[in-house]
Amino acid sequence: MNFFRRRKSLNTQIAHDTAWSFHGGLVLPDHKALSKQHPLKKAALPPQLVIPLQQQAGGVNTPLVEVGDTVLKGQKIADSKNPVGAPIHAPSSGKIVAIDERTIPHPSGLPAACITLATDGKDTWADRAPIGNRYSELPAETLRQAIREGGIVGLGGAAFPTATKLTPTHPIDTLIINAIECEPYITCDDILTQHFANEIIRGIDILLRLLGAPHCIIGIEDNKPDAITSLQHALKAKPDDRIKLTVVPTRYPSGSEKQLIKLLTGREVPSGGLPANVGVVCQNIGTVYAIHQLVMQGNPLISRLVTITGEGVRNPANLEVLIGTPIHQLIEACGGYQENTGQLIMGGPMMGFTLEHDQLPIVKASNCILVTPKTPEIKQEIPCIRCGACEAVCPAQLQPQQLLWYSRSGEHEKAKKHNLFDCIECGCCDYVCPSHIPLVQHYRYTKSEIKTREQEMAAAEIAKQRFESKTKREEALAQEKEDRLAKKRQQLEKKTKEQHTDGGTKQDAIQAALARVKKKKDAQDAPKVTEPASEPATNPTDDTPTPQTAAERAAAAAKRRAEKKAQQSPATNPTDDAPAPKTAAERAAAAAKRRAEKKAQQSASTNPTDDALAPKTAAERAAAAAKRRAEKRQSSAHRGPS
Amino acid sequence: MVIAVAILCALALAFGLLLGYAAIRFKVEGNPIADQIDNILPQTQCGQCGYPGCRPYAEAIANGEAEINQCPPGGEAGIQALAALLDREVIPLNAENGEVKPKAVAVIDESTCIGCTLCIQACPVDAILGAAKQMHTVIADECTGCELCLPPCPVDCITMEPVKQTVMTWKWPKPDHSTQAKSKTHLN
Repeated sequence: MNFFRRRKSLNTQIAHDTAWSFHGGLVLPDHKALSKQHPLKKAALPPQLVIPLQQQAGGVNTPLVEVGDTVLKGQKIADSKNPVGAPIHAPSSGKIVAIDERTIPHPSGLPAACITLATDGKDTWADRAPIGNRYSELPAETLRQAIREGGIVGLGGAAFPTATKLTPTHPIDTLIINAIECEPYITCDDILTQHFANEIIRGIDILLRLLGAPHCIIGIEDNKPDAITSLQHALKAKPDDRIKLTVVPTRYPSGSEKQLIKLLTGREVPSGGLPANVGVVCQNIGTVYAIHQLVMQGNPLISRLVTITGEGVRNPANLEVLIGTPIHQLIEACGGYQENTGQLIMGGPMMGFTLEHDQLPIVKASNCILVTPKTPEIKQEIPCIRCGACEAVCPAQLQPQQLLWYSRSGEHEKAKKHNLFDCIECGCCDYVCPSHIPLVQHYRYTKSEIKTREQEMAAAEIAKQRFESKTKREEALAQEKEDRLAKKRQQLEKKTKEQHTDGGTKQDAIQAALARVKKKKDAQDAPKVTEPASEPATNPTDDTPTPQTAAERAAAAAKRRAEKKAQQSPATNPTDDAPAPKTAAERAAAAAKRRAEKKAQQSASTNPTDDALAPKTAAERAAAAAKRRAEKRQSSAHRGPS
Repeated sequence: MVIAVAILCALALAFGLLLGYAAIRFKVEGNPIADQIDNILPQTQCGQCGYPGCRPYAEAIANGEAEINQCPPGGEAGIQALAALLDREVIPLNAENGEVKPKAVAVIDESTCIGCTLCIQACPVDAILGAAKQMHTVIADECTGCELCLPPCPVDCITMEPVKQTVMTWKWPKPDHSTQAKSKTHLN
C-alpha cells in the first residue's frame, strides 16, 4: 500500500512545465546530498593506470603500443578497425609496463586484455591539435571523425561510441541533452553542469552544427537547482534561441533515453527502434562537455567525473578521475571506508552491478562508485502473488509478472513476444515487488539465454550449410570418379575386344609356330629311327590312328608327347614343370624344405619382430642342410634348425 | 429413406474425392518433422548418435528408428526440446553415445603437423585449412568440436581445447534465492 501512496504523491508532482509523461516510474529517496557536500576535486595521479582494451560497444581495441614504450598524455594507445568503435588514449605520460589479462569492472568478474601504464608523474601532454572556433566551418564528417579519434563514448553509463550515435539514419530535428541523472546517489552530472555550464552550451552548439538540427532541449530534474541556475546563467550570457531548458519532475527513470524522449517531446520510440526513428538524438551532458574539451582544447577522453558515494564511504565526493585509476585509491581519497560496509557497486543502486573487490580500474562508463552500508537482513523471496504492482511502475509498459512467468519456465519465444527486449532493466519492478523477487535478474538471465541460443542457432545453421556443401562436393567428386572409371572400363573393354580379334591371329601364329616346331622335331626324329617320317609330320591334321611300322608308332608317340607338352606348357609354368622327384634324396630334400618353411612361417607368426627376410633364409638354410643330410643317406631329416 | 441414403453416399463420395485430390495437390514436399528435428539438433555432424550426420539422425527419429537421447552435443536441453516437439517423455542421455562435454574446438600443433590432409578429409564442416605437405590449421569459428579429426591424425597433433569464457561470451547466471542480496534493499 506504501507503493500506491508513492504513486499518488507522484501524480500531484507531475509538473507544470512538461506536457507529457511516461508510464510508471518511481519517486525514490535520492540520497544525492551525500556527495554534493564536498567540492569537486581532482584525484591524485596514481602510480599505475590499468586501461581495459574494451570500454565500449563494438569490437575490442588492438594495442598500438608495446611493453616498454614511453607514451605521452593523450597519445593514442589502442584502436580498432571497427567503424563502431572508439580508440583509447594514454591518460597520463609514462611507460607501458604490461599488456595482459586483468580483471575488469564487469558483472562477470572475468579478466580481459588491459594496458598497464606506469606514470612518470610529469603528466606531459602529447601534441594536441584543437579544432577551436573553426568547428563552425568544418563539414560534419570531419567533426564526426574527430569525435571518433578522440575516443569519445556516451558517458551516461552505456558507453556507446558517440561518433556512431551522431551518424543518424534519419533526419534529426531535435537534440536532447540528458542532464536528468535520475538514479539515486549519483551527482557527477549535476556537479559538472554547475562547474562547466558555459562549456556545455558551447558543446551543444558544436553538436547542433554537426547534426544540422534546429532544436535542442536540455532535460534536467528539479532536484538540481544549482545546476539549473548555472545553465540559465550560461544561456543568458550567450543567448541561443535554439536551446530550451526543460525542468522535469524528479521521477526515476526519466533519464532513460526512450522515457526522456517521451517526456520532452511526446514522441514514442518504436519497439526495437532508435531515437533517430522519431527524429531525435540524445546525448548525455557529460559527453557534451567531453566533445567541447576535444574540439576546443584537443583533449581526447582520458578522464571523467566519478561520484564516490554511499553510506559506506567517510567523505563522499565527486572526483575528476583519469581512466584506469584503481577504485581503492578513489575510496582512500574520500577518507576510506566506514566501519560497516555492504556492497561495492559500480553505477547507481538501481542499475549498477556489484564488484568483487576495489582493485579494479575506472573505465569510461564508470559514473559512480557506491559503497552501501551493511544491510541487517536479506529479505527472503516469496512466490509471486500477481498483485500487478510491477506492471504499474514499468516504464516500458511491459507485464513484468508475465515475463517472470515465462523466464522461469524457459518459454523464450513467449517472453520475446511479450517484448522482453524492450525491458530497460531499470529495476522499478524489483523495487516495488512485495514478494522481493529479483525480477531484473530473471530478465537479464533470460535475455542472455535467448541471445546465446540465437547465436548457437546461427552457428548451427552455418555448420549445416558447410556440411551440406561438403557432402555435395564429395558426391560430385565421387560421381566424377565413377564417370572416369566407367569411361576407362569402356575403353578397356573396347581394347580387349580388339585384342580378341587380334588374339585370333596370334593364336594362329602360335599354332603355326607349333606346327613348325613339330615339323622340325619330326624331321630330327625321323632320320634317327626311320626315314619316312616326314609325311605324317608334314600333315599334322592327317594323323593316322593306326600305325603300321615301329617307326611310325615311335613317330606317333613322339608326336603325342610333343602335343601333350605343348598343351601343358601354356597351362603350367615351364620352370615349374620339373618332373616328380625321382630320387629319395630329392624327395627328402623337398619334404624337409616344406617342413622348414612351415616352421619358419610359424616362428614368423609367433615372432612378429623378426625380420621378414629371416624366415626365408632360415627355410633356405634348412632345406640346404636337409638336402645335404639326405644325400649322405641319412634316413630322416625331420629336425629343422632352430 | 432411399433419397437420404443416396444423398449421404453422394456427399461421402464427393468429399472423399475432394480429400483425395487435396492429398495429391497439396502434398508437402520433404519431411517437415525431420526438418523441425534437424533444426533442434546442434549440427556438429559428429556422428556420435550412430548416424552419418545430424540430418540422417533427424530422419531416423522422424521415422521412429532412433531414440531422442542419442545426441551428446545437444545435451539435456536438446533432449528436452526434442521431447517437447515430439510430445515424448524426457529421457536421460544414452551413455553409449557419449557424454556431454563443454564446447571445445580442435587445435592443431602446427610444429608437429606433417601435412597429410587426413584431418581435412575427416572434417564434416570444412573447418580445417591446409594442403598436402603443408601445415594445417583449424578455423576456430567454424569448428563444431565434433572430434572427427582426432582419430585419423597419424602424428596425434590435434587436441581439443575447451572454449574459454570471455567478457563477450559471458551470460548472466540463473537467479536463485542467494542472488536476492540486492543493492536496492538499503534504498528505503
